[in-house]
Amino acid sequence: MHNYLEFEKPIAELEGKVQELRHLTGSEEVNIADEVGKLQTKVEKLLKSTYAKLSPWQKAMVARHANRPHTVDYIRDLITEFTPLAGDRAFAEDSAIIGGMGRFRGESVVVIGHEKGADTDTRIKHNFGMAKPEGYRKAQRLMKLADQFHLPVVTFVDTPGAYPGIDAEARGQAEAIARSIEVCLSLKVPMVSVVIGEGGSGGAIAVATANQVLMLEHSIYSVISPEGCASILWRDKEQNQVAAEALRLTAQDLLKLGVIDSIIAEPLGGAHREPAAAIATVGEGIENALAEYAGLDGGVIKAKRREKFLEMGKHGLS
Amino acid sequence: MNWLKSWVRPKLRELVGQKEIPDHLWHKCPSCEEMIFHRDLEKNLRVCQHCGHHMRLNAKKRCELLFDDGEYTSIELKSPIVDPLKFKDRRKYSDRLKESQNKTGDDDAILVAHGTMGANKVVVAAFNFEFMGGSMGMAVGEGLLAAARLAVMQRAPLIVVPSSGGARMQEGILSLMQMARSTIAVEEVREAGLPYIVLLTDPTTGGVSASFAMLGDIAVSEPGAMIGFAGARVIEQTIRQQLPEGFQRAEYLYEHGMIDMVVHRTDLRDTLIRIVGLLCNPGASGELVSLEPAPKKKTVSDVDEVGEDPTPATFVDPDAIVVDAIDPNDDKKD
Repeated sequence: MHNYLEFEKPIAELEGKVQELRHLTGSEEVNIADEVGKLQTKVEKLLKSTYAKLSPWQKAMVARHANRPHTVDYIRDLITEFTPLAGDRAFAEDSAIIGGMGRFRGESVVVIGHEKGADTDTRIKHNFGMAKPEGYRKAQRLMKLADQFHLPVVTFVDTPGAYPGIDAEARGQAEAIARSIEVCLSLKVPMVSVVIGEGGSGGAIAVATANQVLMLEHSIYSVISPEGCASILWRDKEQNQVAAEALRLTAQDLLKLGVIDSIIAEPLGGAHREPAAAIATVGEGIENALAEYAGLDGGVIKAKRREKFLEMGKHGLS
Repeated sequence: MNWLKSWVRPKLRELVGQKEIPDHLWHKCPSCEEMIFHRDLEKNLRVCQHCGHHMRLNAKKRCELLFDDGEYTSIELKSPIVDPLKFKDRRKYSDRLKESQNKTGDDDAILVAHGTMGANKVVVAAFNFEFMGGSMGMAVGEGLLAAARLAVMQRAPLIVVPSSGGARMQEGILSLMQMARSTIAVEEVREAGLPYIVLLTDPTTGGVSASFAMLGDIAVSEPGAMIGFAGARVIEQTIRQQLPEGFQRAEYLYEHGMIDMVVHRTDLRDTLIRIVGLLCNPGASGELVSLEPAPKKKTVSDVDEVGEDPTPATFVDPDAIVVDAIDPNDDKKD
């Protein structure tokens, strides 16, 4: 039922025992409830200690966890009257990036996010969250729409990266990403981005050049995937873990580097264990971030965003 | 046939005697593999005389080629924080940096210079592929911002010449952030109403192509330049298909509507001078002729008399340009 990650084996074993015992509750022994309770505490302790010291590579695994809430889940729980909008008005509709209008806490917003899909069918439909130029051009269109009608923009970032393919290149993948960044920077409405899973390079920053970038505790954001980095710089695909360390792709490191603005805590054992709770916390994070721009002049909002990116890189990690 | 190489050839050499050919006198064209004498290569602007292949130019050679009489002033760039992530792969990033600095004599992969082209002031930011593949990290981002600000200060167009594999992995997320920062540089030039021209050269890929390099008001490329987002190898691995001939080359991008023109290196300077002239000196040459007779000769001063015309001084009313063209520079001088 639950998808355990490799490093979660001890947790899986314990929870397996709990399950077994629960099946025995038919018998009248009182001790079982006690035993279950004890084991449950043990599980929690183990989860806590495991998740408190996840390595960057383990975080990458959690960030890509199949049960982790995706953009569709966030939209379902946080946005009312969601009205999906489609197409780049030039070539196609690309479901790797979904978006539309809706209400967040009662107010109209434009929402854009990468969607990876949750099973084989939807994964194929959404191309595993890897957008083609038409996806980025749709995002540009929606951001401009938001600007036109003075609606805040909320984006959810969850992509392995932009799609590497012949057709994507032929239609100007590079230009589409570049132009998206440019549109993000031009907005006179507040823009808040949340990295909910995987922030994969150019495909991520294309919709995350925002006033505030929030990251879930166990999400990652990087210039290149650990696998890609390992095969290029180490010429050895087995060096994923080392590459993940070196890249400093965790929310914790990125906050220290001033690249993101805040970290959103995840439920014990990761967002995939309690999606609803994780989504609710993200909702609060977005609300707080947007509140900072309430009543500000559009020019000021744009200038603040620009200033934030210009300030980056003043200090490194010690 | 190995014995031919390993035994016969050395024996023959012993008999004939090794010819001393200093290897820097002759270059082999990486495309057609013909030998080119070094003087011919330089005379031909490092374009192969046999097949027309454009070899890479380093930033200094690029500037010599572009500026009037090859003369320019380079500006000193603020050096950013070195090795912000304390990155180490098989080697330390700080060591790789030092090695590149020693090899090239440059601080990083970008050269920012100003001077004139066809007597027009221009600012050029040229990438040096020899420096860690021209990769974009903090220093390159700072260089592009400095170039943009210099252009704004001098009221000059900005010409950027990328030659880069993309983001500098060793600076991790901070190199990714340069995609946003370099786009801010472009915006600053745009907002000042100045032309932003990109001269794409081999190669322009990854995070560099997916930011400032694809945002030019005008996009010019050298022939055969590799331009694209994803690397050919990555694409091949993903789709498990052979890539089409000429894929991601300048001509391919031209055919797909991604760039304005592909220009041979010998015509490059003249083309850029013409572009800069057209954008910066509208009507200055006195050759602008309106096809239909204008109802009344209007001049800029007529427009001014109308009253509170908010038209800025540097803007020339197109209606005002009749046969006797007005030099817009006249009102810039005060």
